[in-house]
Amino acid sequence: MSDQSTNSVAFVAEGTIPPSPPPARETGAVKWLRENLFSNIPNSILTIVSLYVIFLVLKNTMPWMLNGVWTTSSLAQCREVLNGETGACFSVLTERWNQLLYGFKYPVDEYWRPNLALLFMIVAAAPVLFFDLPRKLLIFTAIYPFLAYWLIWGGTIFVPLIALLGFVVAGMVFQTFSKGSFAIGFFGAVIAAFVVWLGGGALIPESASENAFLSSVPSRDLGGFMLNLMLGATCVSLSLPIGIVLALGRQSDMPLIKWVCVIFIEFVRGVPLITLLFVASVMLSYFFPPESTVDLFLRVVIMITMFASAYIAEVIRGGLAALPKGQYEAADSIGLAYPQAMRLIILPQALKISIPGIVNVAVGLFKDTTLVSVISMFDLVGMIRGPILASTEWNGVYWELLGFAALLFFIVCYGISQYSQWLERRLATDHR
Amino acid sequence: MTTTTDPHKESFRLSMLIYDTRYRSLTFQAITAVVLALCIWYLGNNLIQNLRAAGLNIAFDFLGDPSGYDINQRLVEYDSQSTHARAALVGLLNTVLVAFLACVTATIFGVIAGVLRLSNNWLVSKLMAGYVEIFRNIPVLIWIIIIFTIMTAVLPGPRAFRGDDPAASMLFSSFAFTNRGVYIPMPWFENGIFASPTMNWLLVLAGFALSWFVAHRINHWATVKQEATGIRPKTLLPLLATWLVPFLVLMLIMGLSWETPELKGFNFRGGIKIGGPLIALWFALSIYTGAFIAENVRAGIQAISKGQTEAAAALGLRPRRVMNLVVLPQALRVIIPPLISQYLNITKNSSLAIAVGYADITATLGGITLNQTGRAIESVLLLMLFYLTASLLISLGMNAYNASVKLKER
Repeated sequence: MSDQSTNSVAFVAEGTIPPSPPPARETGAVKWLRENLFSNIPNSILTIVSLYVIFLVLKNTMPWMLNGVWTTSSLAQCREVLNGETGACFSVLTERWNQLLYGFKYPVDEYWRPNLALLFMIVAAAPVLFFDLPRKLLIFTAIYPFLAYWLIWGGTIFVPLIALLGFVVAGMVFQTFSKGSFAIGFFGAVIAAFVVWLGGGALIPESASENAFLSSVPSRDLGGFMLNLMLGATCVSLSLPIGIVLALGRQSDMPLIKWVCVIFIEFVRGVPLITLLFVASVMLSYFFPPESTVDLFLRVVIMITMFASAYIAEVIRGGLAALPKGQYEAADSIGLAYPQAMRLIILPQALKISIPGIVNVAVGLFKDTTLVSVISMFDLVGMIRGPILASTEWNGVYWELLGFAALLFFIVCYGISQYSQWLERRLATDHR
Repeated sequence: MTTTTDPHKESFRLSMLIYDTRYRSLTFQAITAVVLALCIWYLGNNLIQNLRAAGLNIAFDFLGDPSGYDINQRLVEYDSQSTHARAALVGLLNTVLVAFLACVTATIFGVIAGVLRLSNNWLVSKLMAGYVEIFRNIPVLIWIIIIFTIMTAVLPGPRAFRGDDPAASMLFSSFAFTNRGVYIPMPWFENGIFASPTMNWLLVLAGFALSWFVAHRINHWATVKQEATGIRPKTLLPLLATWLVPFLVLMLIMGLSWETPELKGFNFRGGIKIGGPLIALWFALSIYTGAFIAENVRAGIQAISKGQTEAAAALGLRPRRVMNLVVLPQALRVIIPPLISQYLNITKNSSLAIAVGYADITATLGGITLNQTGRAIESVLLLMLFYLTASLLISLGMNAYNASVKLKER
């Protein structure tokens, strides 16, 4: 039987047939186009409409951008060079570059100081942003705020030094006493810091700023994009610890503390930033001692920090609420006190969950620093709307300037949000 | 031989205030109360001293004085002889107006962009991603200024519409886009039932309310019928009639006609004028917030697991019903809370009106009134009170909604 059946087979293939190439419409670019752009009729219509929109945008902007003029000193000259053709007058950017970045009053010879401060900021921020860097760099981060203050405002070095000293002494007092009780350590540290600041402040002679190594620059001379960056960086970094405290306070069992935090957070979140800036510009000085003069920059920093800390507190509260209850109970059951449980168990996890939200708040806050132009501070938008567009040379160059401002903000904000996404992937420890 | 040991009687020691958990929270709260009271006393004392030095007091009677300034964009009667309170009311209504308009359009932009971003079409989804990223990452103030600049610097002046061969012409000869604002036709009634136009419009509104009620009843009847017999009666025609007939009848009786804007002298007359600042603010807020809403919508739709759609399809539901009955109700639960907080943001961001000179409450009460009367504290307090009330109302609405859609669990 078996013999017969093998004999009856007339042909047996000796090898496999080589695979034939797929049809042309199912491979490469054609397939991709068919699947992604022209899969059905509505899709094709959408594609064509989108292409038309892109074409319109490019058609209207490309000649203007490519034909841009970079080297004239006024709008009239620029129009002369263009001779009736479409083209941008980017020369306003090169001409007013320093004003856009530093404001119009910061002394020209001292531009290296904010530049250096910005460079140092990148170095100081690096160990916070990227965990792989050596932890020792954090020492520089801790010194940075005082260094940056000294670089940008100049004047005597003793002011930032004593401020730093206050923090160092407070830290040492806390280290010594917090082993007994967190509360004693904490209050001791606060008192020690104040003693150092008051004592040190009394020691600095009045005339110290006059012949200092770096000439002193008053804060009303700050401006331009530098002001946006400074406000953003200062307020975000100040509001982070305050936000953590507020979030913990809102979760507290102590009714008084809880309600103080709730009222503060809900009040600040309920009003627009503009009204808080109005408070800073017209109202806050009524609340300081009569003889004191607190400059506008500091008042604005206070109000924006309040604003940001309320939002950060809500983000962190979300993180705290997202932790499983077992974590709190586990911390209690191994006998950790509240500060220990928070520092070692709860906050590291809660903050990790809150990172995307915190970054969102930071980006939003950085964008909102443009609002200070409404209370006549000359940040980037204030510079554009005020001194530059009002000048006789450049009256009427809207698009170049506004486009430049938009581009600067886009680069920074988009960069931060990309970093946040990278961090989220990096910190994702649940293996999904 | 059991000896009962009394619980160790501990006398109160001072250190227990810090170390004993029974008293510690009281200690902390007492410290907080003292610090708080000291802060309030210190700030209040400074305030009193500063006010005394400046010869001021806190009083709200300035609200009754004539304001002495004019407001272009207004919804209620107002002139420069009106009081500051009236000016604040005009501003308040303007805030509500622009916030409402922007909420509506931002939702439309956001939903379209959010859905299209999930499209299978690569180009469209990338285009929408570009829209979202560009608008989210640039401050809204810059967008407001850019759009205001388009309004004032690009659109032609009324002068350009003049002459036999004008440089600009009106759209459908009834819409005029000028750098002073957009003029659109105004509907009015030739023989209204009431003398005042407002009453006539209220009548139209009442007609709509009636239609809504009847339509609701029809739907209810259809559902009852469907549950009884399994067949849903056709309701399309009755519903259409319910919505259209009362409206059309009212319009016919009252003689609806349109007053088109016309160029007279140096400017357009007639029709409704929508000022440039309003349009700039409205459009900028909607397109900026639309980008955020688009992300919320996308997240909401993506939050519904694929199994839900597949399960519904396995039950034999058609795609439209899958969307209506299974996906949307669940997605809305995720979308609506952030959507409402975006509405809150729109309301708060509308205070940027001051940058383009739109007379919202920040510009009237917190701007001109404050500068004219010098009543900084009172004005800013009233301003904050208004925004706080508005946000509280919106959050109350949100909480009510959240409670109503909450998953009913054990």
